[in-house]
Amino acid sequence: MNPTAGRTLTDETREAIRAYFPRYPTRQAALLPALHVVNERLGYVPPETVVEIAELLELAPAEVQDTLSFYGFFAQDRPQGRETVWFCQSCSCAARGSEGLLVYLCEKLGIRPGQTTPDRRVTVRAAECLGACDSAPAMLVDDVLHKDLTGEKIDRFVESLNPEP
Amino acid sequence: MYQPVLLANIEKDNSHTLAVYEAAGGYRTLRRVLKEMSPAEVAAAVQSSNLRGRGGAGFPTGLKWSFLPKDHPGPIYLCVNADESEPGTFCNRVLMELDPHQVLEGTILSGYATRASTAYIYLRYEYPLSLRRLQQAIDECYRAGLLGKHVLGSGYSLDVYIHRGAAAYVCGEETGLIESLEGKRAWPRIKPPFPAVEGLFRKPTVVNNVETLACVTHILDRGVDWFRSMGTPPDPNDPRDPGSFGPKLYCLSGHVSRPGCYEGPLGLTCREVIDEFGGGVWKGRKAKAVVPGGLSTGLLTAGELDTRLDFTGPVQAGCLGLGTAGVIVLDETYSMIDFLHNSCRFFAHESCGQCTPCREGTRWALEMVERIKAGRGRIRDLELLLEIADTIGIIPGTTICGLADGAAWPIKNAIRKFRDEFEDYIRRTNPAGYGVTEPVPALAGSSLANVH
Repeated sequence: MNPTAGRTLTDETREAIRAYFPRYPTRQAALLPALHVVNERLGYVPPETVVEIAELLELAPAEVQDTLSFYGFFAQDRPQGRETVWFCQSCSCAARGSEGLLVYLCEKLGIRPGQTTPDRRVTVRAAECLGACDSAPAMLVDDVLHKDLTGEKIDRFVESLNPEP
Repeated sequence: MYQPVLLANIEKDNSHTLAVYEAAGGYRTLRRVLKEMSPAEVAAAVQSSNLRGRGGAGFPTGLKWSFLPKDHPGPIYLCVNADESEPGTFCNRVLMELDPHQVLEGTILSGYATRASTAYIYLRYEYPLSLRRLQQAIDECYRAGLLGKHVLGSGYSLDVYIHRGAAAYVCGEETGLIESLEGKRAWPRIKPPFPAVEGLFRKPTVVNNVETLACVTHILDRGVDWFRSMGTPPDPNDPRDPGSFGPKLYCLSGHVSRPGCYEGPLGLTCREVIDEFGGGVWKGRKAKAVVPGGLSTGLLTAGELDTRLDFTGPVQAGCLGLGTAGVIVLDETYSMIDFLHNSCRFFAHESCGQCTPCREGTRWALEMVERIKAGRGRIRDLELLLEIADTIGIIPGTTICGLADGAAWPIKNAIRKFRDEFEDYIRRTNPAGYGVTEPVPALAGSSLANVH
């Protein structure tokens, strides 16, 4: 019997999760870090990994699912796009026209907020305040903040997504 | 001319590195304090400075520390609240990205004062550059002996870890933060016990905001008298008022010519912040309304802009408080209905669902404001919105944490201070039905279905 048969999480992923254990007096405290580790590697946290995370953290799968589902941040049904756009819709960005720009971006991509393009290139999610109010309207694309958005900047961003080599 | 202290380094090249921070005198205070002062003396200095928390509630920092049990065998935890999520607020991000060592020096000093052995920086997910810069700075500190066993050869040891959040506003509430750190849903705890007695992992815990901790270093470096030389002194008629002392970061955004993070003494007027820092309202327009301290604090009218942004000024103007001093300017063309809709959407999305008045009240309010915005509002809705707003929160005593108070104040201020605009809008957009008083069915296709 291969002990790794049927496992979704690789040894590397498991090690990355275990690396957090010494930081906390309880295993449960490593749960958010573990969810981030899995999410970064797979683009989502599928249900089968919930069971495997629970085993690693010595929790019930329901405890993992409880925390995971609270945050609304982790997708479970399908992988997100290779890039995720977090489009700020909070007060300062809204005052500077973010609502129309979000609609414009989504129309150009042919999706609605919360959806992923069919080629899985990009997911667009409406975000609460990104803390970038000094450069509103703003969106965060993975680690890169796009500031002072305009229709032209959205055009350039969408162009930069294609073609994928 | 005010000389910036908290932002003194941010325009230097490589301001985020240990070398640049130390060249400007960084960690000088830590070196001296570890040699010359006991933890109790540090805590006493902070208490006598009357430093108040910069994260929103304004609780006196030294008093919070004084609730820790004496002679506890440990461990004691320090949580750095870097979950800055209040709409209109970004000063912690500026500090963490451009001067992370200033944050860490304040963290180490505060850890020393509270005898904490571990500090967790609870960092919101949306700040990837802060994550990189803080982690680099922590790594530099470990290599330089500023963190880890025997900080700078002293008897004090401290480990610092970053803990990333997952985009939930309620994690900024200190017991929600603690629950989240423990790997649970971020449901705020019923107090007491307060975290100082039983907090993270059921151990004594202090939770302090990033900017608060940054102030600690400067109090110890420049002295309590320096800190108390700026700001608003306590009201002599109120023996419980600790005053509003020290420097403050003002975040300025919205319809203003030069949005940004600016530093001044506490107690500048809202008008001074907008005109002198921000170059006035954009496009030569006038302000209609200004959020004084992050969305949850409510609204000032154009006639209230001489309100002092200290811990009492916004309250006297009917707002929730100073909050984070995140000033959002809304110009004369901006619709208060749009403002209120945005605010209600935010709080309905961020209510954690634990307390019924907040969970149901925030959604009910959103549903009504959506209906008003869609041209199906009734004058009577305004009374109902106010009734909800007046009954949800810790101030009326119906919820565990203050999120609902933050949801309520924009409703109260928008409707009470801009009532004519709401009534005119409702009459104009719903001429046949504005006076209807019997129940109206919910909007079909309401975005409520997409709240989560």
